Amino acid sequence: MNRMDWRRKHVLGLADFSTEEIEFVVDTARSMEEVLTRDIKKVPALRGKTVVNLFFEASTRTRTSFEIAGKRLSADVVNFSSTSSSVAKGETLLDTARNIDAMKPNIIVMRHPASGAAHFLSRHVSCSVINAGDGSNEHPTQGLLDLFSILKVKGKIKGLKVSIIGDILHSRVVRSNLHSLGRMGADLWLCGPSTLLPREMARGGANVTNDIREAVRDADVVMMLRIQLERQKTAYFPSIREYSRTYGLNSGIFSLAKKDAVIMHPGPINRGVELSDELADSAQSIILNQVETGVAIRMALLYLLAGGHNAAH
Amino acid sequence: MLLIEGGRVIDPETGKDETGSIVIAEGKIMDILPGAGSPGKFDGRVIDAGGKWVLPGLIDMHVHLRDPGYEWKEDIRSGTAAAAAGGFSSVVCMANTSPVNDHPEVTRYIREKAASQGTANVFPVAAVTRGMEGKEMTDFVELFEAGAVAFSDDGKPIRNPLLLRRALEYARAFDFLILEHAEECELSEGGAANEGWTAFRLGIPGIPHAAEEIAIARDILLARQTGGRIHIQHISTKMGVDLLRMAKRAGLRVTGETAPHYFTLTDAAIEGYNTNAKMNPPLRGEEDRMAVLEGIVDGTIDVIASDHAPHDMLTKRCEFVGASNGIIGLETALPLSMALLAGGKVSPARLADLFSAAPARILGLKGKGSLRRGADADVTIVDPDAEWEFRESDVRSKSQNSPFFGWKMKGRAVAVLCRGRITHSLLRGVPPDV
Amino acid sequence: MKKSGRKLIMDAKAVDRVISRITHEILEKNKGAEDIALVGICSGGVPLSRIIQKKIQSIEGVEVPAGYVDITLYRDDLSRAGYQPRLKRTEIPFSIDDKKVVLVDDVLFTGRTIRAAMDALIDFGRPMNIQLAVLIDRGHRELPIRADYVGRNVPTARNETIEAVVEGKPGEWKVMLKESTPGKGE
Repeated sequence: MNRMDWRRKHVLGLADFSTEEIEFVVDTARSMEEVLTRDIKKVPALRGKTVVNLFFEASTRTRTSFEIAGKRLSADVVNFSSTSSSVAKGETLLDTARNIDAMKPNIIVMRHPASGAAHFLSRHVSCSVINAGDGSNEHPTQGLLDLFSILKVKGKIKGLKVSIIGDILHSRVVRSNLHSLGRMGADLWLCGPSTLLPREMARGGANVTNDIREAVRDADVVMMLRIQLERQKTAYFPSIREYSRTYGLNSGIFSLAKKDAVIMHPGPINRGVELSDELADSAQSIILNQVETGVAIRMALLYLLAGGHNAAH
Repeated sequence: MLLIEGGRVIDPETGKDETGSIVIAEGKIMDILPGAGSPGKFDGRVIDAGGKWVLPGLIDMHVHLRDPGYEWKEDIRSGTAAAAAGGFSSVVCMANTSPVNDHPEVTRYIREKAASQGTANVFPVAAVTRGMEGKEMTDFVELFEAGAVAFSDDGKPIRNPLLLRRALEYARAFDFLILEHAEECELSEGGAANEGWTAFRLGIPGIPHAAEEIAIARDILLARQTGGRIHIQHISTKMGVDLLRMAKRAGLRVTGETAPHYFTLTDAAIEGYNTNAKMNPPLRGEEDRMAVLEGIVDGTIDVIASDHAPHDMLTKRCEFVGASNGIIGLETALPLSMALLAGGKVSPARLADLFSAAPARILGLKGKGSLRRGADADVTIVDPDAEWEFRESDVRSKSQNSPFFGWKMKGRAVAVLCRGRITHSLLRGVPPDV
Repeated sequence: MKKSGRKLIMDAKAVDRVISRITHEILEKNKGAEDIALVGICSGGVPLSRIIQKKIQSIEGVEVPAGYVDITLYRDDLSRAGYQPRLKRTEIPFSIDDKKVVLVDDVLFTGRTIRAAMDALIDFGRPMNIQLAVLIDRGHRELPIRADYVGRNVPTARNETIEAVVEGKPGEWKVMLKESTPGKGE
């Protein structure tokens, strides 16, 4: 393994991550995983450092994952949720950011409903910023943990047929995965109703189809996305029933995949809609492994951004 | 076994236009034999089609059967009887029934009733939105699986362009077709006849040309935006035809239809407050009538469909502005269209295409619209020279709202076969199958 | 002592003798191999700990458990490092409770590495005692840490480095003294 100098101050998206950087993060996460197997799941690497979780969108799982990651590294983790606060009183993102920055955290982890919000934040604070999801743009930690999860179970990414099925249009998870998995050589397939599958997606080199059978056939990895009812102003498809009949994954359709194919989902799952009960609980689902891997990836990133002297400073 | 012998076999799908005989067995076209002679001994019924045209069974792509819900105006039995009498072996029925055909159960009901009581193939169109309220899409895939061949809120336009956009995009994945009744309701609100000199003289509030033109433009551009397929129904205006022509030149996936009354009548027909000349879109001016004709001649318009809209006397025998919209048309569509042949601008093959091959192609109806070997034995035999008068007593539909009574017609369907069954016959010695 | 360049401190034979002596000392002090566990400190101490394990095997006929620990996450000088230190692995596939854990490293310098290693070990369990075996002690302690077993004492200047090679062909083992750029610690 080559020595690499980590130079990033922020993790805003995977769009400009090199393959070396991706591998470096994954390798760091491997060491973090070992910490998670111990009885005492704590190392002092981030002792005395402060991580602020700035979440403008409801999210228990990602926020908890970052919180646990920080605490495992002995960091002080502070949670800031937008409803109970200054934002509700009309404070701008800029002012909120500056106020928090004035308290000198080492890292701000932010989730925000507007695309590009993390990039904006990084230009106005002095600490590091990790994007935990910005609008429909990117969710870089998810992209990395999905990649690492697949690596652990398949040993490689290059040449695997990875199919992502669901609301592609609004999914920041897809966009980050296109960068991570695409760059590492996966054969990516995107599938969903035409209304949720913009034609521009084909430009990035992914295969695009409206036929779930075509997407699942001979796939090594099938990733299901949650249908996001809360995002739609006018329905993009007629009804949940029609959606689950045409784009839901059940045993029948999944049998078209490779025998050792795995099922993934960024969560939370709509059981019976995009994924049948049976498959969600089956041995081929690595959904819970994703969650576990998520903590290790987030520990790795927190460590890389705050665990040493930042060359980029 | 059945032999249709010695007629002029016109099949636009294969390009055939020659004298020949058609052998039919088990509901399918078995063979087409060239020439006028019969193949010696034939074990089955023989229909002498000498001097007649033998066309692929006609398909009316725009029919209101009113069943379920308005059975006093028409039902599946009477509607298909009227279709057969008019020369049609297939009809495509709209979704504005009661309940609306927005649920697979209604689709299945229509198909099953047609199968047991109908004298024509019935292809249901399902609604684009639930209850035709224009708010939520119906379950396209499930409706298609129940037998719907296309989607339309006809009777009404889809008012919300965002919803039409989503519907077109969604349908694109499955190559489903949306048929659109093009009307900008904000402009047509309150109108009862074409906005023009006649309506003005009669004091009737008008429906401007722009109400149709704007909607057609919108629909075409949304089809362009989404890459979806759309079919514009009952085009009545010159600009409407021009827009369709432009769309086709641009290579967009747009098709269009018109009804016989739009190239036969003008708004002069409402003179005397004749409610049997009231429909939506309304009869327009002479310039529009000529443009519609031109559109048929140059191929811009793909299909002629009757927009058969039966209404009981009660809703027509009243003041003009309060009368219901629509006229029956199954039994007059073909004869009125035969007038297109005068002057040679429209050939018999083109006519057959407008009424049969094109609807089959546009809707993807397998085995229909063609006389090739293996196709369903849907055949329409036309006597192009028959001269007759259209009378109330002839009408098979339950309703009588037509402005064409007393008209002298030339050309008539004298026999119709539907999957090998004779559903209509005026030929001596050839009774229809019960 | 050359100002620039390298000097051979110990050749292969010398290294091997010294390691044998250390091994004997470990066994003598602990009265045998019972309850001994070896933990090599990444990365220099790992091959050394394996050699010691082998030698114990050939002397006592017993294989003592051996693991290795990466102390990067326990360093106290992370914020001073000029680069992001790469994490290595930790693997201690046995319980260290009630064991006599012998930490093994190639070079003992400031003592900070050893302190971090002890912090890590405590997180893994409760050893009976912790002992320290090093190949070279080069002085310059900054913490009160001492080795129980020392191969050789080599006085050095701060800007010098000791490089110990105890991997690969035994004929290629050696200990070198080199001059190096200031500020780079390990």
